Amino acid sequence: MNFEEYAAKPLLRAVGIETPRSGLATTPDEAESVAREIGPCVVKAQVPTGKRGKAGGIKLAASPAEGRAHAGRILGMTIGEHRVERLLVEAQVPIAKEMYAAVLNDPDSKGPLLLFSAEGGMDIEEIAEQHPGALLRLPVDIRKGLDRGALAAALPKELPADRAALIDTLARLYDAYAENDAELIEINPLVLTRDGKLVALDCKLVIDDSAIPRHEALAKSGTPDKATELEAKAKPLGLKFIELDGNVGVLANGAGLTMTSMDAVRHFGGEPANFLEIGGESYTKAKPALELVLANPRVKALLVNFCGAFARTNVMAEGVVTAWQELKPDIPIVFTIHGTSEEEAIALVRDRLGIEPYDLMDDAVRAAVAAATGASQ
Amino acid sequence: MIVRGGESVLVMGITGKQGTFWADKMRAYGTRIIGGTNPKRAGETHLERPVWATGTDAAKETRIDCAVMFIPPFGVKAAALDAIEAGIGKIVCLTEHVPVHDTMYLLAAARERGAQVIGPNTAGLVTTGECFVGFMPAFNERVFRPGEVGVISRSGSLGTLLCLNLVQAGLGISSFVGIGGDPIIGTTTRDALESLDRDPRTKAIALVGEIGGSMEEQAAEYARTMTKPVAAFIAGAASPPGRKMGHAGAIVMGNRGSYAAKKSALEAAGVSVCATPNGVPEVLRGRLASA
Repeated sequence: MNFEEYAAKPLLRAVGIETPRSGLATTPDEAESVAREIGPCVVKAQVPTGKRGKAGGIKLAASPAEGRAHAGRILGMTIGEHRVERLLVEAQVPIAKEMYAAVLNDPDSKGPLLLFSAEGGMDIEEIAEQHPGALLRLPVDIRKGLDRGALAAALPKELPADRAALIDTLARLYDAYAENDAELIEINPLVLTRDGKLVALDCKLVIDDSAIPRHEALAKSGTPDKATELEAKAKPLGLKFIELDGNVGVLANGAGLTMTSMDAVRHFGGEPANFLEIGGESYTKAKPALELVLANPRVKALLVNFCGAFARTNVMAEGVVTAWQELKPDIPIVFTIHGTSEEEAIALVRDRLGIEPYDLMDDAVRAAVAAATGASQ
Repeated sequence: MIVRGGESVLVMGITGKQGTFWADKMRAYGTRIIGGTNPKRAGETHLERPVWATGTDAAKETRIDCAVMFIPPFGVKAAALDAIEAGIGKIVCLTEHVPVHDTMYLLAAARERGAQVIGPNTAGLVTTGECFVGFMPAFNERVFRPGEVGVISRSGSLGTLLCLNLVQAGLGISSFVGIGGDPIIGTTTRDALESLDRDPRTKAIALVGEIGGSMEEQAAEYARTMTKPVAAFIAGAASPPGRKMGHAGAIVMGNRGSYAAKKSALEAAGVSVCATPNGVPEVLRGRLASA
């Protein structure tokens, strides 16, 4: 789950990392009144995407009137597909130096990885590529937490900020990561102010979705995934559903097999209408899953691809067949079923729908693509 | 991380619905199930096997080579630490949605004690005709027939499809290694590839990958050194790209992760990358015949 800047910064403050004084605004009036309270400010669009500054979503304001004017222009802008509905109005900070700090789950070391660079700001990716030595990468043993001694030894000899204060800030950042099951927590830039303080000017936070049940209060301030009406319906059912532009509906179990079914549809000249996985513990939900696929009017044929390992194919097939008989959709349906309990599943489809499942997935996909193409012409 | 028929297996969470169903299937197939755990049912018998409170208790009474966990996500860390503490050398974690911080914690503990973790979020291991651990349909003869091809898969359902395609094409499977679909796992594609490369019963390898992460790229580095033929299918060519993990994600991942990056890394290492799973057996049959 992603957290926008305004929702991430309180977690930094909670571990003692300083952030500028700020207030949220959803109207120019509100922006003006926050600006009046805090003085010269920065008006920042709150959207779950990067490159806000380059898109014109971050503006300096010297006066409340200017803050109001900027707010009027930024609210309602679209930045990377996201409409700006909320602003963070933040006190300006006198910057002496911009740095970069992050902690993330690192698949290579299979543990937390602390990143730090005394050079920060917008071009950190270029800095990392062109001057790999300028970026500190410190793997952390998650059982012991951040080792301050190891960090002190790894930091460059020359630092723009006070060494002890910087180590302290990085240790606090690690705490925020560890306490909140973060996949990523990133401060860019971490600034040294002209009066010698370390302040986080921005924060990006991603919390591990699997850990959300133990952070329910926090999750309320996260950004919900951008979802279509149908996708929003899928979520409470525990189904992973993504609407796409094609006309071949796909219903499969397991993320790998679902992706593969979509790949095969495209490979054989069609376009998938959705990603819908009913694997894992949701394999008994074939009926609501089918209803979701069929609610999309673009779907001209349906491909059902079950390959049961943990998921028993007879349970999934029973759900689909029952729903199909109830809903009586007027489109062709194509099955290919293998794995755990496949004999029962195939017999069920054959007996109750009078349809013979294909033995090869490729043949089933070709048939589904042909049926959808025929129906569209 | 290949499982063999002689290995003794402890089923953690054996009394639950899934634990019972699959322990029974494993036993019927030939897996040496020596018992299971449930802290509330210690001292009972289940499926005619003893139930202990913990892996540590079980290990006091009998030698355990492998633990397989039918444990809910938030119980996995404690159960795995118990198995590691008990000195069990191979731990198969089937559970999906384990918090990644818990995974990293248990992997660090396992590394220190020399235990091999497979998963989380794996469908398990199969050695055809001998035994299986997890929830693969090893007992389905259309999916698993003994043979020479080792199969590596992040996904259980897709791995099942690939095994089926191999058998349909007249080939058979030596061992299946399900490594798991989570971003951070104990046994990587490369680890599994090395293990199957060393396995004398495996003459060719089918590698099933997915977009995201860099495990296929790392496996490609090892594949360069191999003489056994390898064919791959990478799922996700038609999937919308996943979310970007900020600057840090870009710095750590570089250009790795996309379908194109994986395909070109594997092809440069001499691995045939097929457009559908069904292409894999065709390639391997040809390369086995000319070997």
